[in-house]
Amino acid sequence: MLKVSDLAVEFTVDKKTIRPISGISFEMQKGEVLGVVGETGSGKSLTAHAIMGLTSLVGGKISGQIVFEGKDLLSKSHKDMQSIRGAEISFIPQNPMTSLDPVYRVGDQIVEGLLKHLKITKWAAKKRAIELMEQLRIPNAERVFEQYPHQLSGGLKQRIVIAIGIGTEPKLIIADEPTTALDVTVQAQIIRLFKELTVANNVGLLLITHDLGVIAQICDKIAVMYAGNVVEHGDIKTVFSDPKHPYTRALLDCIPYIGMKKGSLKAIEGNVPTPSNFPKGCRYSSRCPYVIPQCKTEFPETIELACGTKVTCNKFDLNLPRH
Amino acid sequence: MWLYIFRRTLLLIPIFFVITVVVFSLIHLVPGDPISSLLGPGSTLDDRDALLIAYGLDQPLWIQYLRWIKDFVMGDMGQSIIEKQPVADMIFYNMPFTLRLGLLSLAISFFVGITLGIISAVKKNTIIDYISMIIALLGVTVPAFWLGLILILIFAVELSWLPVSGSGGIEYLILPAISVGLGGAGLVARITRVSMLEIYNQDFVLLLHAKGISQNAIVIKHILRNAIMPVITILGLRLGFILGGAVSIEIVFGRPGIGSMLLTALFRRDYPVVQASLIFLTMAVIIGAFITDIIYSYADPRVRDLYK
Repeated sequence: MLKVSDLAVEFTVDKKTIRPISGISFEMQKGEVLGVVGETGSGKSLTAHAIMGLTSLVGGKISGQIVFEGKDLLSKSHKDMQSIRGAEISFIPQNPMTSLDPVYRVGDQIVEGLLKHLKITKWAAKKRAIELMEQLRIPNAERVFEQYPHQLSGGLKQRIVIAIGIGTEPKLIIADEPTTALDVTVQAQIIRLFKELTVANNVGLLLITHDLGVIAQICDKIAVMYAGNVVEHGDIKTVFSDPKHPYTRALLDCIPYIGMKKGSLKAIEGNVPTPSNFPKGCRYSSRCPYVIPQCKTEFPETIELACGTKVTCNKFDLNLPRH
Repeated sequence: MWLYIFRRTLLLIPIFFVITVVVFSLIHLVPGDPISSLLGPGSTLDDRDALLIAYGLDQPLWIQYLRWIKDFVMGDMGQSIIEKQPVADMIFYNMPFTLRLGLLSLAISFFVGITLGIISAVKKNTIIDYISMIIALLGVTVPAFWLGLILILIFAVELSWLPVSGSGGIEYLILPAISVGLGGAGLVARITRVSMLEIYNQDFVLLLHAKGISQNAIVIKHILRNAIMPVITILGLRLGFILGGAVSIEIVFGRPGIGSMLLTALFRRDYPVVQASLIFLTMAVIIGAFITDIIYSYADPRVRDLYK
């Protein structure tokens, strides 16, 4: 349903060109949940914006190929993208607290999208918005419809944003860390809700997160991003039980578990390099414990392994030890 | 909300009294008195004393104040010492001229300023942005009276499209209103631009794009709607400024108005006229701020909730 190949975004700042993301390839099928995971600064959000065609707003130059339902999105005009965005592909933003226009009633903000993409009357759109809110278990939906964003709690705002995202019955939902701003208790509810939605309506969900726990709960596939590249992409069970890339291994090692020794919580040394000083070879080479001289000079190839996992690493055949 | 408006209105009463004290003290602290203007050559000190007593100017200041404020509250603003006519008549004769000029120039400030601001914000860092910001800068920096003279030269003297000076129909109002209004337009344009660019980068704008809303609808319905708040504040404050500050324009265009009336009265120390017109102007500033507050709370639901 969605196939992204060799996607890259380029920005020119002060006559210097940087490419925060490049060589991004992954695919997903209808009804599947793809988790995109990576540290802050790995280019997850930018990838999402690129698929939505939103990078041009901030002056990004995009290359590669994005095929959605047989349509080449990068060849679409501005106007065509406007009718795809919000209708066929919808976006649930990172921060629900600030993602609603403060001067309009939340109900009207749901209605706005419905009126734009569905051929229905104002009255029908309002009815549909209230139905959506009830479906998302918003109590007193009719009253909440009339309220302004600042009058609602974070959990409610998140549900309004989700209602905006699912109201037009899109085929693909891109959710950018939809639960980071929420309490843990609300997080679980929202995650369950997403799972129900994808199963019930057979829509694809591209879920961006840095929370591996969330990924483990609901994803079918995973794409691990590091410094603007996808380093490992495959079936969730395969990747979790047998990670091929040292970075994936390290990420999994960082999850604390019950019964672990005090003080043994692991962390990956160092930071993600910034786009202006990405290393020449493998971008993880500066932090990788298995680094060989070749990694520092040559960009590794992406290899599809027998288990179906695609990995971008010179030492993919390494048998990484479990903790 | 209504309770809030009511409370704000009540608050105007003490403010009014404070203003009267300040205005009264200020004008009496200025050296000189109206009697000198009334006395002809060859008059004696006795004539002077007689006049002082006749106008009550021999009394202590606080008694003068109480007499004046008592009449003022009862609706009697007194008599002009020089012009020998009721101050109320003079105010009511001049006020419509000032109000018409003030409101029209405010409208010009608003529409021209907002338009320039939107164009600049949408075309940020392009030649169009630079040009409209230069126009805005000129609007802010060029003095209104000078602009007035240039406009008279071009449109009244050279082209003869509009009358040079005086008052009458709308054609007499156009040039003075542009002269006063362009300064405000420059200010409004710059504030609109900055405020819109700030809103541009907010998360909710990204979500609007993601919803597939058209660029024009986002700019007008959402970004401008959010960016308008500081513009309302500036215009509210400018209302008072324009009413009082149009003096030079009233003189350049030979128009009647509160400003030119105040200036004449001031030179002649015509206390009752000065006091009444100063109070009119200060109250205009305060009422301008009051109206701003109310518009504000209608425009922003967050402010509305604060006043509940």
